[in-house]
Amino acid sequence: MEHHSQTERHQGWKTSKSTDMIFRGITAACAALVLIVMAGIFASLLWNSLPSIRHSGISFLFSKAWDPVSNEFGALSSIYGTLMSTAIAMLLAVPLSMVIALFLVELAPPKVSYVVGSAIELLAAVPSIIYGMWGLFVFAPFMADHIQPLLSKYLGWLPLFQGPEMGIGMMTAGIILALMILPFISTVMRDVFAMVPDVMKEAGYGMGATTWEVTKDVTIRYGIQGMIGACLLGLGRAIGETMAVTFVIGNSSDIFISLFEAGNSIASRLANEFAEASDPMYMSALMELGLVLFLMTFGLQVVTQLWLKRVKRKMGGDLL
Amino acid sequence: MTAATDAAERLLRRRAAEVEEEDDDDNVRIDAFLHHFREEDKEDEAAPAKLSARNLNFYYGGQQALFENNLDIAEGKITAIIGPSGCGKSTHIRIYNRIFELYGNQRAEGEVLLDGKNLLDPGTDLIELRRRVGMIFQKPTPFPLSVFENVAYGLRLHFKMPKSELNGRVESALKKAALFEEVKDKLDKPGVALSGGQQQRLCIARTIALEPEILLMDEPTSAIDPVATRKVEELAESLKGNFTIAIVTHSMQQAARISDFTAFFYKGHIVEYGLTRELFTNPKQKQTEDYITGRFG
Ligand SMILES: Nc1ncnc2c1ncn2[C@@H]1O[C@H](COP(=O)(O)OP(=O)(O)O)[C@@H](O)[C@H]1O
Ligand SMILES: [Mg+2]
Repeated sequence: MEHHSQTERHQGWKTSKSTDMIFRGITAACAALVLIVMAGIFASLLWNSLPSIRHSGISFLFSKAWDPVSNEFGALSSIYGTLMSTAIAMLLAVPLSMVIALFLVELAPPKVSYVVGSAIELLAAVPSIIYGMWGLFVFAPFMADHIQPLLSKYLGWLPLFQGPEMGIGMMTAGIILALMILPFISTVMRDVFAMVPDVMKEAGYGMGATTWEVTKDVTIRYGIQGMIGACLLGLGRAIGETMAVTFVIGNSSDIFISLFEAGNSIASRLANEFAEASDPMYMSALMELGLVLFLMTFGLQVVTQLWLKRVKRKMGGDLL
Repeated sequence: MTAATDAAERLLRRRAAEVEEEDDDDNVRIDAFLHHFREEDKEDEAAPAKLSARNLNFYYGGQQALFENNLDIAEGKITAIIGPSGCGKSTHIRIYNRIFELYGNQRAEGEVLLDGKNLLDPGTDLIELRRRVGMIFQKPTPFPLSVFENVAYGLRLHFKMPKSELNGRVESALKKAALFEEVKDKLDKPGVALSGGQQQRLCIARTIALEPEILLMDEPTSAIDPVATRKVEELAESLKGNFTIAIVTHSMQQAARISDFTAFFYKGHIVEYGLTRELFTNPKQKQTEDYITGRFG
């Protein structure tokens, strides 16, 4: 009897172990698949870029000449445009998102918070082509007629705000991008702030802090990791955004200090030129451009993760 | 003086009489022993009220949680608030610093006199009130700041002072909270990196750094281990005199160990209130007796 039951138990244990192994195998395979796809994309980008890398060398990154006819390819204006439009977008969207999120969590009455919150979530679902069209046909003319004249009147002494008031250009692209990523950043930040435990805020108020002091010293500090995560999400979207930017950035291969001027971004150049790239070297240059974008987003991820780790260590660990 | 001490006296004298024949030495010792308690009781009873709740009612939305609470918190003493969970202990002390007002649907009616002035008056300066009435929570709530900055936090909020004075006040608060020796080498480490018990004492240090008049503690030891609990209890005992302490506790032993007065809450009512020695040895209400003898929970 004793022996029998023991074998049974042993067998039961064995079965559960083998299902466990199958389960583990499947999950591991799925995880591996993601890595393989990533590596595959990287490898094929690299492989297809090789002719261009051999042709242009390092000057690909530092030249702004882009002349497919004479086989001259420099990515600088695209890289600059990508970074600049993203920077404008982040500069506008991050503080605004923070204010919106704090309003929704800390100040707004629950009903208002719910309605506004849902509206913002809906904004996140609008396809980027809509932003592009709206940007080109509605927002760009508005920029040209109202915003840019105002900016050049009051801030025109800065080189950033000089030049043609055409509506289309770097600044408009940045603003459209900001609008696009705003719902993502603000909804994630809202969730982060809502997760800060009430008792932590009570502890702040209990020391005699004001709402503003509790917000900056408790809520924001407590949620810093989640907030950085939210920004990353927005940044990732902005840096590779194609449709909306292609519509409004103006597609010039030059680099201007003025934000009113037209420019291009890596994504917009790729979208514009892939169809016409018949020459293998032209195609390879576009592939290399894609590789640069890939590495930029990848590098960004790594840097932020490292920074996040540092923040975590400094603040002590079990934050959000 | 009090019935409890009287009862103890009768018991001791009878025991002394049983053990040997009448012995003057014993009686002298018993006298001295009882005298100590009698003096303490007398002194406790003479302490003026720092806080007085008068006909206090409290509502969560339409739900009434406190009913006509009347309670005096004696100055410089420890008052324990006991009762089964959900009876309104937290609700009661959360009125004293008006922290409940963070939530729109909570409402208090009645009066709480702090040094004779009703702190529920709309004109009360909440920031000043919360500096005078500090609160320690059930779970330690260190801010995501360094140990030093945690303690300096309130000081920076309320006062402008040179760095050297700030350092001194932080150090002295940590010493009063019996934490300085343990953290003096980790002042710039994150507060959350300390152990649970240390975190709780850090929160106490942070609060007493502001030199409040009243310390409200809501089950301050329920989330920490027994050794740390003992430290917090000793700390509370060492702080009384300088501070008026109201401590909510689910542990009757804790109430008996450290408090001078005890209030027994049941279903939002204050059933009984008096000297701790009195309430535990000679409860006047049946419900109190049932609770302290563990007959209901
Ligand atoms: N935020 C709240 N909303 C509604 N009811 C509450 C809230 N907090 C506590 N209560 C109710 O008020 C009563 C007293 O709660 P509480 O003061 O927390 O009790 P205790 O601290 O004695 O355990 C309980 O019945 C509880 O359900
Ligand atoms: Mg409670």
